[in-house]
Amino acid sequence: MNLQEFLTIFISAVFIYNVILSRFLGLCSFIAISKETKPALAMSSAVMFVIVMSSVITWFVYRFLLLPFGLTYLRTISFILVIATFVQFVEMVIKKVSPHLYRAFGIYLPLITVNCAVLGVAVLNIDMFFVNGKQVAGSFYYSVFQGVCVGLGYTLAMLLMSGIRERLELCNVPKALKDFPLAFIIASVLSLSFMGFSGFKF
Amino acid sequence: MKNLIKEFTKGIIKENPTFVLVLGLCPTLAVSVSVANGIGMGIAATFVLLGSSLIVSLVRDFIPDKIRIPCYIVIIATFVTIAELCMKAYSPALDRSLGIYVPLIVVNCIVLGRAEAFACKNNLASAFWDGLGMGVGFTLALILISAIREFLGSGQILGHTLLKGFEPVFVFGMPSGALLVIGLLLGFFNLLKNRKI
Repeated sequence: MNLQEFLTIFISAVFIYNVILSRFLGLCSFIAISKETKPALAMSSAVMFVIVMSSVITWFVYRFLLLPFGLTYLRTISFILVIATFVQFVEMVIKKVSPHLYRAFGIYLPLITVNCAVLGVAVLNIDMFFVNGKQVAGSFYYSVFQGVCVGLGYTLAMLLMSGIRERLELCNVPKALKDFPLAFIIASVLSLSFMGFSGFKF
Repeated sequence: MKNLIKEFTKGIIKENPTFVLVLGLCPTLAVSVSVANGIGMGIAATFVLLGSSLIVSLVRDFIPDKIRIPCYIVIIATFVTIAELCMKAYSPALDRSLGIYVPLIVVNCIVLGRAEAFACKNNLASAFWDGLGMGVGFTLALILISAIREFLGSGQILGHTLLKGFEPVFVFGMPSGALLVIGLLLGFFNLLKNRKI
């Protein structure tokens, strides 16, 4: 566990392998909710919170339940169950503790269960930080940090996209390209510019 | 019988999951680098769709309304695990090139969408044909996108060179090429739709 490793995770998760623009995880929410900046930010913060917490929980589930009992083939099914339960639980807690925050997150929270980014990061953490059924040194910290960085990358892409789309509202685009197709073409140009970061090799 | 054929064909053109409903795009874009990958992903997703539609339609009367989504997710995840293990056993190369996108079929919106919108309200036969139609529609869309990308990105289709002296446009093999292709295809299908009316 050293500082350089953390820096590598940061740069690769936020820029080089950005969740949305290069791994295509969480694309549905990205296209659907990026029309305005404010809901986009609310969604990003909710996603980031869930990603970090689910990285913590799935790491413990994998390390202390699935690995010792030789149940690694149940990875997908157990992770999705844990994530779904956790999201439901968070929703209930927020509803009870802070109705204001609940209104701000609104419909986005239940949607996160089926956001591929959450399950994707959980699976990715296991793939990267467990080698041949053994954890690498400091794998827990790496997993959590990767969760934070992926959340940051998601927020960054969301912010850029919603900023651009807010301005495009005023433009005159061909009828066939309105909404979805145009959003994909913008995302393509964004992704092209993010490819520039792949020059950073460690 | 006529109804069943209609359930089957609507998934392919009229309600194509990728181009008309715009669902399940994450695996579509990530996997469509080559036609072989596209076909593999399409078959795996079709298997999951078919299996989960059948089971959801069978148990639709026993599941309480409040916890139906978690129940669907467990059913879907079971079939994804079966597909994942089979792929690991019989085609390890394909499994490696699809990577994390195989377990991610669980959160593919098409599968959950069909369970929630169709299979839980219809009988076994219609659920079967609907699942199959959607799966075939998804596979065809994947083949179309990956054929365009593989041809432009590497000048080949399924490993065969089509045009001699064609200079590949590498960007189509990259993530941004995938987004561009799907954006333009969606625009093209919109254009066709508007023409008809």
